[in-house]
Formats: sequence, structure tokens, C-alpha cells
Amino acid sequence: MIAYIQSLGTRVMETFATTGRAGKLLAGSILRIPTFKDIYLTYMQLYNIGVQSLLIIAVSGLFIGMVLGLQGYTTLIKFGAESALGPLVALSIVRELGPVVAALLFAGRAGSALTAEIGLMKATEQLASMEMMAVNPMHRIIAPRFFAGIIAMPLLAAIFSAVAIFGGGLVGVSWLGVDEGGFWSAMQSAVDWNNDVVNGIIKSIVFGFFVTWIAVFRGYDSVPTSEGISRSTTQTVVHASLAILALDFLLTALMFGDVV
Amino acid sequence: MKYRQIEIIIGFFMIIGFIAVAALAVKVSNIADSSEKASYSISANFDNIGGLKVRSPVRMGGVLIGRVSNITLDEDTLSPVVTMSIFNRYNKLPTETTASILTAGLLGEQYLSLSPGGDDEILAEGDVIEDTQSALVIEELIGKFLFSDSSSDL
Repeated sequence: MIAYIQSLGTRVMETFATTGRAGKLLAGSILRIPTFKDIYLTYMQLYNIGVQSLLIIAVSGLFIGMVLGLQGYTTLIKFGAESALGPLVALSIVRELGPVVAALLFAGRAGSALTAEIGLMKATEQLASMEMMAVNPMHRIIAPRFFAGIIAMPLLAAIFSAVAIFGGGLVGVSWLGVDEGGFWSAMQSAVDWNNDVVNGIIKSIVFGFFVTWIAVFRGYDSVPTSEGISRSTTQTVVHASLAILALDFLLTALMFGDVV
Repeated sequence: MKYRQIEIIIGFFMIIGFIAVAALAVKVSNIADSSEKASYSISANFDNIGGLKVRSPVRMGGVLIGRVSNITLDEDTLSPVVTMSIFNRYNKLPTETTASILTAGLLGEQYLSLSPGGDDEILAEGDVIEDTQSALVIEELIGKFLFSDSSSDL
């Protein structure tokens, strides 16, 4: 019994310590004025994090938009309200699905790769040898990836949303025969730039920050063995996904709670 | 891969991202309509505003001419005051204009409808529309119907 309570206490303390280490990583890596070197390194990371996630984001967006168009149409046609298909597709994608699904895919595609990369660097003592050469790995390795994640996520989410709405329009207008003018004009009158689109972009920036933070921290904090890296990679995807969904609820309550 | 090639691909990626944001702005949202910032505000007193909300459309003859900017309750008369901002383009509304709260379709959103009067004077910033017609509240309508029905039986 006492051993159980003891282990519980250890776990709680470990959670605190992990949070503290994550905060330390944040402070040590990006809470400073970016230098010219940072910009160059970040730019290179944008390729790994942003460009390589582009295909999965775009293809998923297209299919999610098409499914939404199809499902929305079959339900709305029962009420003769198929003119509301445009607002349905656009609002659900711009407000929720765009930022959230793009971030989930981003965590799976880019987050796991970041963790594995940094974890392997730690396991092969590349980080330690960098420190030996008086190169701060926080600045050289962590910070560029962090910046790149925060920049890439909103762009990817915007691409996801645009492609998904195009997919919804493709199914709704070209296939199911919803009136094209009505589809787009009803959408334009329902979607507000400040309330909907900008809030969606803000969401995706927050998601990008947290997903990248979790990913680089899990990599940096991993146990430097093959098993440790694999566990860290799993933890990145699990924790990042949970963080995205929990933060999404929080942000939605803050942004849309009083708009009704 | 050569650095130059990566550079080009990243630039391409970022441009696609910005195009996506621009597409969301122009094609999907009503940024054109919210960019019409130049507006003047007038207000109207109602007995009951029903389901009218801030940012509900203000229409004249079905054309969007502004949006509801504020809804408050007058502290003295305890009646709702609706403030609306009308686009500057429509600055020749006569003072006799009447305001009524209507519903788009049977179950649609409520909007503020203005119908022009014949007066020569023009509504300006801060003016109040006197002639108003409140929203139809469906419960009140049913209540009236039931009441009149039973009274005619007596």
C-alpha cells in the first residue's frame, strides 16, 4: 500500500519535472531574438516540416471536403435545404476541421519525424558533441525546428481548408447538382473573415506551437536507446493529438462561446 | 538535393500557403463586405426584437445596406434599442423610413428590413427611426389565436 502511494507520488513529481524541463527547453531555444543564422536554419527546416507534409495534407483535405459535401447533401436534401451546403461545408472546415485535422496529420507526419530525428541525434551523442564544440544544440537544432513548425502549421491548415472547400464544391456542385452561384454566395454571406477565418488561423498557429513543442521536447528528453526513441515517438503522437483536441475545445469556447 | 532546389520548393510551398489564405478571404468569406468600413449609424426603438442579433443584416428591398452593430435595452423606457451601421453608399434614406424585423424564409435568420418613406429630409449619423414594427414572436401569435378562438366560442 505504502509502495503504491510512493509510486503515485513519484509519478506526480515526475510530471512536474517533465513540465519543468519542457519549459526550460522553450526558454532555452526560442525565447530570444532570432539571429540571421536562425532564419537560414529555419528556412531549411521548412522543407522537412512543411513541404514534405504538403501532399498528405492536400489529399486528406480533398477527401474530407468531398465526404462532407456528400454527407451534408444527403441530410440537407431531406429538408430541401441543399442551398445551405456551402455554409455547412465552409463553416465546419474553416472553424474546426481545417485546423484540427491538419494539426493531427501534422503531428503524425512531421511531429513523429522530429522526435525520432532529435532522439537519434541524442542517442548517437551528436547533441553532446555539439556542446563540446561550443555550439548550443538548443539554438542549432531545436530552435529552427520550432520556428519552422510554427510557420508551417498555419500555411498547411490554410491549404487544407482551401482544398477541402474546393472538394466540397466539386462534389456538391459538379456531381450532385447544387446551384453553383447559390453554393458560393451563401457561403460568402455565412463565413465571416474575422470571426471564422482569422480564428481558424489563430487556432492553427496555437496547434503548430504545441505540436512542435511536444515533438522537439519528446525527442530531446528521450531515453537514448532504440526503445526509448520508439517510446518517445509514440508519446509525441499521442500527447500531441490529445493536446490538439483539448486545446481546440478551449479555443472554441473562447472564440465562439459568445457568438452563438 | 542542392540547396537552390530546396529553396525553390520551399518558396513554392509558402506561396501556395498564402494563395490558400487569399482564396479563403476572397472566395469563401465576406471580406469584401466587411471592408466596407465607411458607415454611419442610426438607431431604432422596438417593443420586441425577437431573435435579432448583433451583425444581423439590414436590408432595404432585399438588398444588404448595413449590419446591426449593437443591441441594448433603454434603461428608462425598458424597450430594446437597435443600433445599425449603414454603408456610406446608402446615405439618402429619408427620415420617414420604417424599420421592421422580418424572418428570412420560414425558419431562417431574422433581419432588419427598412422601407423608405417619402420625406425629403435625410437620416444622418445618430438619428432615430420612429416608425418601427417589432418581430413576430410565434408563441404570442399562437396565444392570440387560441384566445380569439375560445372567445368566439363563448
